[in-house]
Amino acid sequence: MIINVLSYFKASAERFPERIAFSDRNTRLTYREAWDSISALGRNLHEALGTENRPVAVSIRHTVQDLLGFFAVVYSGNYYIPLDLTLPRERVERMLAVTEPEAVLLMEPARSTDALGARRTLTPDQLRGNPAQCEPWTGRKDTDLLYVIFTSGSTGEPKGVSVSHRSVIDMAEQFQRVFRFPEGTVFGNQAPFDFDVSVKDIFLALKTGGTVEILEKKLFSFPKLLMERIIERRIDTLIWAVPALKIVAELNTFESVKPEGLKNVLFSGEVLPPKTLQYWQRHLPGVRFVNLYGPTEITCNCTYHIVAPGAAPEAAIPIGTAFPNCEVFLLDGDAAVTEDGQIGEICVTGSCLAMGYYRRPALTAEAFVPNPRCEAFPERMYRTGDLGFLRQGVLYYAGRKDTQIKHMGHRIELGEIELCANAAEGVAVSACVYDAEALRLVLFYQGEAEEKALAAALRSKLPKYMLPAQLRRVSAFPMTRTGKIDRKELKAIVTGEMHHG
Amino acid sequence: MDELYELLEDCCPDVDFRAETHLIDDELLESLDIVMIVGELNDRFDISISADDLLPEHFNSAEAIWNLVQQRMNED
Repeated sequence: MIINVLSYFKASAERFPERIAFSDRNTRLTYREAWDSISALGRNLHEALGTENRPVAVSIRHTVQDLLGFFAVVYSGNYYIPLDLTLPRERVERMLAVTEPEAVLLMEPARSTDALGARRTLTPDQLRGNPAQCEPWTGRKDTDLLYVIFTSGSTGEPKGVSVSHRSVIDMAEQFQRVFRFPEGTVFGNQAPFDFDVSVKDIFLALKTGGTVEILEKKLFSFPKLLMERIIERRIDTLIWAVPALKIVAELNTFESVKPEGLKNVLFSGEVLPPKTLQYWQRHLPGVRFVNLYGPTEITCNCTYHIVAPGAAPEAAIPIGTAFPNCEVFLLDGDAAVTEDGQIGEICVTGSCLAMGYYRRPALTAEAFVPNPRCEAFPERMYRTGDLGFLRQGVLYYAGRKDTQIKHMGHRIELGEIELCANAAEGVAVSACVYDAEALRLVLFYQGEAEEKALAAALRSKLPKYMLPAQLRRVSAFPMTRTGKIDRKELKAIVTGEMHHG
Repeated sequence: MDELYELLEDCCPDVDFRAETHLIDDELLESLDIVMIVGELNDRFDISISADDLLPEHFNSAEAIWNLVQQRMNED
């Protein structure tokens, strides 16, 4: 039984030393080169830190170096936190404050390290000694953490989802059992490495002796260049967030260039409009298309739906059925929902469950709860907050219980934006709504703050994808009968204007 | 050209289109911005910008975007 993800890496390095493991625009590394690099860095890191089973942040820039940094940390017997230093300083500071990493690994020079303050940093130049030939990673057990990835939190604090080796190994094994990617599969990686969609590219490549071919963000603005890269690098499998697929379709990219070598397109993150799927299917009839569903807390995905070739256009694409080693079911409170069409909260059990939110016991206890259907012992269950319903044994997504939304593939708690606005000077109260059709966040607020000043205040705290496209000062909010801000009314105002204006 | 500035500033209020000449290279415009701008350009100027036109050099400055718009308008 495999208990550490590095076993995948080591096995592929022994079997296919000359194959490309990690590749980006400028750099290509074979398995031999990558393994030699991470073992040397990892041993040095182990010696420099003198710790095991502790967090180490790795500054990421979506290059091969990020992956070497992650695996050097794993080799050293510690776990990694992908850290994007282009995020607003305050956000980075909060991520560091809650995780207190032993060091921040800077594999490449970062644009700004202001947010790091006096924290210890390490560069590859500082990790070039000749330490003993030790294998610190072999001392770990499979329930030890592999990484911590942050997601938006409604309390205003980003939440660090803490994931063990076991869960990632489980993901890789179940994906292989279902999809059987052949040896040497080339994964075209779209998702940045602080985004759990990328976990599939990395570990499925290592498991299959395949390649992580990093597609830098800029390519997604110019889909023709993107397709040319896919063809040039012989990429055959895409595991992408839905917005990336939409961009390709909206710009009618396949009219000018078609990646005929593609074999698999797996998508997740939000609902894919059937017309986007039809566009891809029409132009790439030989490709297997798969809808995947699942939040970061259950390690990538817990359900899948393989789209039948030439399937009739459906009103909605189902999220499908559970992967073999996990259970996915619907609850209404603690009561099981089993009738067709009846809506319930999607709940998950199995090895895929994360260990919890890093140093957030209350939040962890709220979401990772004992399964109410299992009375004999406390089985851990994750409440996703997503709603779903069954139709003939197949699961469909039906929205959120709360105000979490998906915008450009990012998971956002509207409450986090509001708390941030409320903390700004001159804002009494605010409410954020999302117009999914126009892909816009709109923030309504009450108070004397000027729109420009508020925009600047938000920019200093929130990542770009969480910034409202529009700020609107109101003298009063529409209220519901129970005395709450009427979000439906606000949403109607926004969508009404956009679509009829 | 003023019409173009207005359109661009509506799409991305935070970007100084009159001064910046490395909109793409400096990552001031992201993919969503490009999709939105292209949609607006097609509507406003009644042109059709295809995937073949979508290259970094056509979007690095307002002037470059304007040149692309002019080219497409002259074709019709």
